[in-house]
Amino acid sequence: MTVALELRQTIARAKRRDVAFVALGIAALLFAACTFVALFLDMVSDGAARLNGDFFTQFASRRAERAGILAAWVGSFAVMIVTALFAVPLGVSAGIYLEEYAPRNRMTALIEININNLAGVPSIVYGLLALGLFVHTFGLGASVLTAGLTLALLILPVVIVATREAIRSVPGAIREAAYALGATRWQMVQHHVLPYSMPGILTGVIIGLSRAIGETAPIVTIGAVSFIAFLPPPPISTEFPFLNADWLASPFTAMPIQIFSWTSRPEEAFQANASAAALVLVVMTLLMNAIAIWLRYRLRRNLNW
Amino acid sequence: MAASSPEVQIAGRLAYRPSRHLRERFIEAALLGAALVAVATTVGIVFILLRESIAFFREVSIVDFFTDSQWTPLFSDPHFGIWVLLSGTLTSSAIALAVAIPVGTVLAIYLSEFAKARTREIAKPILELLAGIPTIVFGYFALFFVTPLLKNFIPGLPGFNLLSAGLVMGVMIVPYISSISEDAMRAVPMALREGAYAMGATRLQVALHVVVPAAFSGIAAAYILGISRAVGETMIVAVAAGNQPNLTFNPMDQAATITAYIVQVAKGDLPHGSTGYLTIFAAGLTLFVLTLMFNLLGYWLRRRYREEY
Repeated sequence: MTVALELRQTIARAKRRDVAFVALGIAALLFAACTFVALFLDMVSDGAARLNGDFFTQFASRRAERAGILAAWVGSFAVMIVTALFAVPLGVSAGIYLEEYAPRNRMTALIEININNLAGVPSIVYGLLALGLFVHTFGLGASVLTAGLTLALLILPVVIVATREAIRSVPGAIREAAYALGATRWQMVQHHVLPYSMPGILTGVIIGLSRAIGETAPIVTIGAVSFIAFLPPPPISTEFPFLNADWLASPFTAMPIQIFSWTSRPEEAFQANASAAALVLVVMTLLMNAIAIWLRYRLRRNLNW
Repeated sequence: MAASSPEVQIAGRLAYRPSRHLRERFIEAALLGAALVAVATTVGIVFILLRESIAFFREVSIVDFFTDSQWTPLFSDPHFGIWVLLSGTLTSSAIALAVAIPVGTVLAIYLSEFAKARTREIAKPILELLAGIPTIVFGYFALFFVTPLLKNFIPGLPGFNLLSAGLVMGVMIVPYISSISEDAMRAVPMALREGAYAMGATRLQVALHVVVPAAFSGIAAAYILGISRAVGETMIVAVAAGNQPNLTFNPMDQAATITAYIVQVAKGDLPHGSTGYLTIFAAGLTLFVLTLMFNLLGYWLRRRYREEY
């Protein structure tokens, strides 16, 4: 009798612990969600008043109420173009090589170890690499090109890993069918593997770019300045040859740098600017992430091999 | 040509053509070249950090670098004791991990073993969005929201302090730890869980005594990645922990971390090649070696405790 009672109590205790853990789990989830909400509300309450048309079309100013983020968002946009132009072809090519071509040898192992390790290198170290190599050894200066290259290297592992995962999910039968029709390896990749893995690759690219647009440390390290009252020269001109690359060499500022510089100002009016700019940046990255999550969701629903 | 029979045309297409072969080889070489950019980046990082650090250690003795208790590189009587910056890095990282490891682990166990599919569908995107917030925004949040909040409970807390930077950093790392641990737990075969359920175990007993030990390698890797992130995190500490080099392990103090120091110096206008300029590379090398050690430890842990199914 007492044994049965004890057993029953033990079971009851174990079940109570189950319930307690669920409560703990929900508390942890709420903690994460509440932080997210607090962060958002804090920015809205401090910065929403500054968000008007002028804020987007004015340059930075010594007077907080006249300062805007024109140079910052144009700079961020220009840097992202360079980053995408380098990171996407390089990352996708490297991913294709590792999944479709690479033999199992030391060279491949070396490349894989490197990619894994690079994903864990702090972003500021990329900034130091860029400062020593691009700025001082190649003489590119603190330009749009330097920043774009730096961030491209930073997100390269993200793009490579996403490409590899997307390619891996394409079934082998597709490849065999292409080979059976006499396709070469590249024809097989180009006509079959790449189109099927495109949504997955796109998801990885967007996530990579959303990380790049918010990165502050590397571009502060290369020496980007926060006070810039001009835009990079436009890439299209009215004179022959109509296109020019001067904007690549132009000094620039970017959204995260602008926020950082306003955050370091003691005046409260600049804090409002910082939170308004932070709100814009967060909405930008959240939108990019939401697109990526939505893409992945659609991808999972539509593809049934 | 137009007169030739279909057989001849097909034979012509299938014939060995050196140009086609050459094209394939060229493409393969180009793809390999792209993959080698990763190797070149590592080589570049090591080369730049070593080159500038060697120049630095020509002027500053390596013994002083590790034993001096002051970090005043720009004073007329310069001292270069890296422990001053390391103490800030270690303290803020410890606070961050004290938040991120418990919360991240509980979340991972909850999402993998307890939550319904619907809850997971909602929770995972939220965590992903949290992970996608730029760190400068977290820094702003730490300085202008968390610090004033903490001041209500801890009177006399300075405006810049390691505590609020560390706490916010912890929240930032939670999604990394929870998502990697959860992936590891979900990879544990169902049969193991079913075996335990058949023995009369509750969900929590299955989670703690079967799933967590079986997924230990992945969970350990998640912790190591979290540590590596905390040590290398820059903007939160640069904004919220202050820029004053300070040999302290007290969370209520302000102190500069290695990363915050690099940002502070790089933001200013130091001439290329000066000792002040070189210090950021020596600090960067320390940081790189530290994170490399954690990455290798994670790799070793994963191999040592890997359970094969």
